[in-house]
Amino acid sequence: MSRRKITPGKMLTNFSLWLFAILWLLPFIALVVMSVKPYTEVILYGWWTLGGNYSLKNYVEVLTNPSYNFLAGLKNSFLISSISTIIPVLFAAMTAYSLTYLYFKYKTLLFIFILFFMSVPQQMVVIPLFNLYAKTGLYDTFIGIILLHSAWGTPWIAFFLRNYFKMIPQSFVEAARVDGASEAEIFFKVLLPVSIPALVAASAVQFTWVWGDFFYAMVFLPTPANYVVTQRLALLKGQYHIDWGLLSAGAILAMLPPLLMYLALKKYYVRGFIGWGIKG
Amino acid sequence: MRKQDFKDLLMFLGAPLLTLAIFVVYPIVATIVISFTKGGLSFTLENYREVLLETIPLKALVVANPEPYPPWGALVHNAVWILIAVPAVVFLGMLLAYALRKTLGSSFILGIIFLGMVLPGVVSGLIIRFMFDADIGIFPRIFALFSIPILSRTWTIYPQSALFALILGSVWLWLGFSVTLYSAGLDSIPPSLIEAALVDGASEREIFIKIIVPQLKPVTIVVALMTIMWILKIFDIVYVVTGGGPGGSSTVLALIMYTYFASALEYNKAAAVAVMLAVLTLIPAYWYIKMILGSEKQ
Repeated sequence: MSRRKITPGKMLTNFSLWLFAILWLLPFIALVVMSVKPYTEVILYGWWTLGGNYSLKNYVEVLTNPSYNFLAGLKNSFLISSISTIIPVLFAAMTAYSLTYLYFKYKTLLFIFILFFMSVPQQMVVIPLFNLYAKTGLYDTFIGIILLHSAWGTPWIAFFLRNYFKMIPQSFVEAARVDGASEAEIFFKVLLPVSIPALVAASAVQFTWVWGDFFYAMVFLPTPANYVVTQRLALLKGQYHIDWGLLSAGAILAMLPPLLMYLALKKYYVRGFIGWGIKG
Repeated sequence: MRKQDFKDLLMFLGAPLLTLAIFVVYPIVATIVISFTKGGLSFTLENYREVLLETIPLKALVVANPEPYPPWGALVHNAVWILIAVPAVVFLGMLLAYALRKTLGSSFILGIIFLGMVLPGVVSGLIIRFMFDADIGIFPRIFALFSIPILSRTWTIYPQSALFALILGSVWLWLGFSVTLYSAGLDSIPPSLIEAALVDGASEREIFIKIIVPQLKPVTIVVALMTIMWILKIFDIVYVVTGGGPGGSSTVLALIMYTYFASALEYNKAAAVAVMLAVLTLIPAYWYIKMILGSEKQ
């Protein structure tokens, strides 16, 4: 676009868009303010008054009170989300490699199935897996839910990485083949290094997704000691009385890891999310 | 096929496909079987019939309610959700993406709008709950200024407003996705198209309606399809904010499935709801898959 003169109309658009952005951000601002104020003050004067007492008491309470056990939830979430990111990214890269560079029958069929798996709702798998897990001892274990998340993440990442691999010039791989490199060598030494942006994008989104999962966790991790952070947060809400001070401190702690990842990797992240799209 | 080729395939596809077979394919097939059986192994439609005819509001898919507000049943709630949120997300997303092109700090504003996509569902739910809280929320206070009593109380605990609080909240969350896609779409429109129209003396409004909107049609289809799929599968925010209440006035399909599964322990019925949910999701998914395969051939 060519730069034109600043007209009143343009200034008005600018102004209204910024106003819109601030309105959009307002719930987050409120959450932050509430988390550092005693709830009694928020109730009396509202979070929009800036005076009053500020403290990190809510955070300390959420993290140290053994009945909330938030720290354990964060730890479990970190463990599950990290491993449930590494496995499917590797599996998906292998699948995408096969779809792009190997020759075999039913390739298109496999691709269609992968697209189909991407759109299946989570509700469609829990009943049989619940029985299977009960029989095999995977129920209520981290391994059980990690395997499920890994399988669940593989299709969309495979689709995403395949699109990326398609953009890499074929001559890249062909040249390595002519030089006599094995497929495994090509995959690890030629393809993966040039695909790092895509691998980062997919990892960031998959981590966020597993971190935010609530449904699978509720079904497959019923023991409080195994609760992930989303379960801890839902529990913090309480049935009738809501202490928004505690709750907003908890909410901020629970959203911090994906948020930091988003801020650090913004460009990759948005790219990954566009590929994530129809994920169940 | 050469032996080496087969070895390569096994190495690359063996582990991923085995995992998919156990944790995705098998449970999908088994869920379908469970939904068509009851006790034994003989085929029956009984689960579907019972689920569709259920009248308890917290479990019902369709409710005959004489009042002009929910509960209407989960199927209707999902439909109402789609009818309100999809046009809102499409319209706002397109307009914002277009307006943002000439705005100072547009990437910062985009970043803010995108935040909703990053949040865990439970956190989004809590934020929605609090935005509509009578004591500390923004919306009820605004309506209190206009003295509209029905909208100046806590939206999520009254059947008249609970579902609509969730729907508005979901627009807040999902807009980031739509704006981002539209922004990418706008970048791919050749500037010469717009410049030519400017030379011909077209107004901003004409350019938007006659050039931008038609050029963005593929993006609009993708945004609409994905938003529909997302709404069909929605669970977390409903569970956290209202739990489907009050009185079943904000239930959705995924929540009904969970109620049958976890509270009622009626697995066959839960499977029937899951299959219905999956079939509904497949309609937009089918369209989307066809689009992808179509663009592959070019």
